[in-house]
Amino acid sequence: MGMGSPEALLICEHCDTVYRRQLLSRGDVACCTRCGAELERHHRLGANTLLALALTALIVFVQANMWPIVTLGLSGQFSSTTLWGMIIAMWQEQAKVVSVLVAATLFFFPLMKMTMLGWLLWFARAGRRAPGFVPLMVILHRLGPWTMSEVFVLGALVAIVKAHTYFDVMPDSGIYAYAALTLLITIFAGVDLRQLWDDVPEHSA
Amino acid sequence: MSALPRATELGLIACTVCGLVCRNVPGDPQLDGDGVDDAMACPRCGSTLRRRKADSYMRTWALLIAAFIMYIPANVLPIMRTASLNDIDDNTIISGVVELWVKGAPNLAIIVFTASIVVPMLKFLALGTLLVSSQLGSGWARVQRAKLYRLVELIGYWSMLDVFVVALLTALVRFSVLSLVEPLPGVIFFGLTVVLTMLASMSFDPRLIWDGKDTDD
Repeated sequence: MGMGSPEALLICEHCDTVYRRQLLSRGDVACCTRCGAELERHHRLGANTLLALALTALIVFVQANMWPIVTLGLSGQFSSTTLWGMIIAMWQEQAKVVSVLVAATLFFFPLMKMTMLGWLLWFARAGRRAPGFVPLMVILHRLGPWTMSEVFVLGALVAIVKAHTYFDVMPDSGIYAYAALTLLITIFAGVDLRQLWDDVPEHSA
Repeated sequence: MSALPRATELGLIACTVCGLVCRNVPGDPQLDGDGVDDAMACPRCGSTLRRRKADSYMRTWALLIAAFIMYIPANVLPIMRTASLNDIDDNTIISGVVELWVKGAPNLAIIVFTASIVVPMLKFLALGTLLVSSQLGSGWARVQRAKLYRLVELIGYWSMLDVFVVALLTALVRFSVLSLVEPLPGVIFFGLTVVLTMLASMSFDPRLIWDGKDTDD
């Protein structure tokens, strides 16, 4: 049996089974018949749409970081914080490890992911590979699960409920920006960015 | 050869970073992809090509055991201190869940309990089971084990929830003598537990589940 060129093949990451690549139509998801993992999916969103979403996410992210998240009131005193207020507070309170974790997973990694994605998509729109395409794609892959904005939204909800028994709680605009960001992240979760490798071929660099 | 050929049988390697399918070069000690002194790089993205993740069993065990060691102080030590005029209250992870439950937010109590207790425990049990069964080359419930691994990968990072709660409350509750929240060492151990379990599940190679001697096709 002829195997054809390796480009026509697909290997399941989860069990190493080799498949001949099928042409997927709109909404199709190819799954491994041995282990059930997703092999490949047809992406409904083009580079233009994705770029628009990435830029929206970037704007919302800036707002989520600049605006206060929530304000507490206690007998006439008020206290509010932003994401960076959290990072600085943890650093000062002898929890530097936590401070670094929060800064990385809620600020630096998401920011890197969005700007790098925006950069790659900007060029992909024109069918070209952005300068630094290869290293950026590798870094994007490695960032994988280390961006946690959506977890933070749930954490903020829990913190608000906990604080509610002792203080007056007033949600600020930052929390709404975070909610919008979570929606955008959910959309991106269904996009396999690896497809950029095939979408923009090397010779067009 | 079975009906569903595997990459190793065909002399192929998939790049774990970009997904490119590459041909193995058998016989060449540098390029045969057997995990020993490999120096074969993916022609597309430049990442090192390996048939299986490097030292998967050893790294996963080491990270998992380290995570478990960190998990003990994370649960025993308090993670947060709430101080007000007349009392000082140290909260552990469990007491935080109980407090939510008692204060009338049982649904949030369940979410926090799931994220902070169930998910880490599930990771220890699931990865432990996957490691032992794969090292034995067991053919038992392979499809279910593969699903279990994907579940662990999917939910792993939600455990960070409690760390963010403590960080936000610390930054918010700063009313000098009236009321103050401080992080306590437990939260550092808990943060480290989450990071270590995430690293552990990343270093486990799910293809090892299917590498046993017997086939089930």
